[in-house]
Amino acid sequence: MNSEELIASGTLELFVFGLLTEAENEEIQQMAKQYPEVQSEIIAIEKAVVNLSYSISPNLSAENYNRIREKLIERENGVVTMQSRRSVAPYLGWAAAAVLMFGIGVQYYQYSKVSEEAQQANAERAKFEQMVAGLQRDNSQTERALNMLRAKESKDVLLEGQQIAPDAYAKVYVNDTYDEIYVDIAGLPEPPEGKVYQVWALKLNPMTPTSIGVLDTKDANAAKGIYRVENFEGAEAFGITLEPAGGSVAPTLEQLYTLGKV
Amino acid sequence: MTQEELLVQIYKKDSNAFTLLYDMYSKSLYGIIFNLIKDKEESEDVLQEVFVKIWKNLDSYNDGKGRFFTWILNIARNASIDRLRSKSHNNSKKNLSADNFVHILDHNTSVTNKIDAIGIKEFINKLKPKCIKLIDLLFFKGYTQQEASEELEIPLGTVKTQNRNCINELRNILQVQ
Repeated sequence: MNSEELIASGTLELFVFGLLTEAENEEIQQMAKQYPEVQSEIIAIEKAVVNLSYSISPNLSAENYNRIREKLIERENGVVTMQSRRSVAPYLGWAAAAVLMFGIGVQYYQYSKVSEEAQQANAERAKFEQMVAGLQRDNSQTERALNMLRAKESKDVLLEGQQIAPDAYAKVYVNDTYDEIYVDIAGLPEPPEGKVYQVWALKLNPMTPTSIGVLDTKDANAAKGIYRVENFEGAEAFGITLEPAGGSVAPTLEQLYTLGKV
Repeated sequence: MTQEELLVQIYKKDSNAFTLLYDMYSKSLYGIIFNLIKDKEESEDVLQEVFVKIWKNLDSYNDGKGRFFTWILNIARNASIDRLRSKSHNNSKKNLSADNFVHILDHNTSVTNKIDAIGIKEFINKLKPKCIKLIDLLFFKGYTQQEASEELEIPLGTVKTQNRNCINELRNILQVQ
């Protein structure tokens, strides 16, 4: 059997689980020595089941460590057994003190281990809480935008692509009851690095543009490309231009992407 | 740390060796024991017994015959099954299969483990039910292929490969490559 066949056969899993005969075990150890891919497959299988059993384990009490340790080290290896033939009485007090100090040390170590674990758990919980709060915020913003879009009083204005980007488009939703304006820029290309889109409300006679928002595409408040901008009563048209980051005082007309009349 | 490096340390059988062994394997072994015994205190008791056995018999472990983890896994499974038998909870392996390791996650109420347990449960629930049963029988309970095929009513010849597919799934979930 070559190494590939061996790996695919599922025998290595049984090997790690301890379900093979001694002869089979020896054969596999031979193969593992010969073929690194067999060895690394065995280690990966072992890791998976060690992790699995680790993760289903209930918490082990802290005393457990001490109890076992005491059984194995102190008794077996004679750390606290007295070997002197002379009277041990004078030393007993010191030994007891040493054991006590050691015990306190171990307890403290265990305690700090446990409180570290608790801290970790707390940090994790805080992380999740933050995540949930963030999602709730996003969700309520999306919902608000959606409600406004669906409202009876809402008007939508289609902004057509201009010379610089004939295929581009954007939509503006105006709702005079809510006094809210939303801009949907799903139809605009991604702005290049260092540039942003700026939205202008226009009065036509005479032509006066007023900035009602600089759209930061990294803005977390943007609900999937729909931005709430400042309200502007009596707008007769809307336009969107590409401006340097931070926006401009007046629109750069050569960079007019979309324009539409109300 | 590779198994060889670990063993060099553990064979010293000193205080560090014990801490190392305990840190690396106590929780996994406890998980395996608890899955069989289903009682926290008694499982801790068996875990102690298992560590004593490992410690006493370290010299008889032969790395030409299998992985160190496999060796201690066998000790843990056998000690648990012995315990169950001696208490005459059950007299045969048949009764061991009443529930499986996923069940533990439902009943694991320890506080600090909870977040982990919830996360892990989500992961493990991604495993097919058949995989959960198969891994439970073969890995946790040490069933032979024959016994598992009878228990799950699947053809004997497919136990090995089905188990391999399941372990692959587990590795994907745990991202162990």
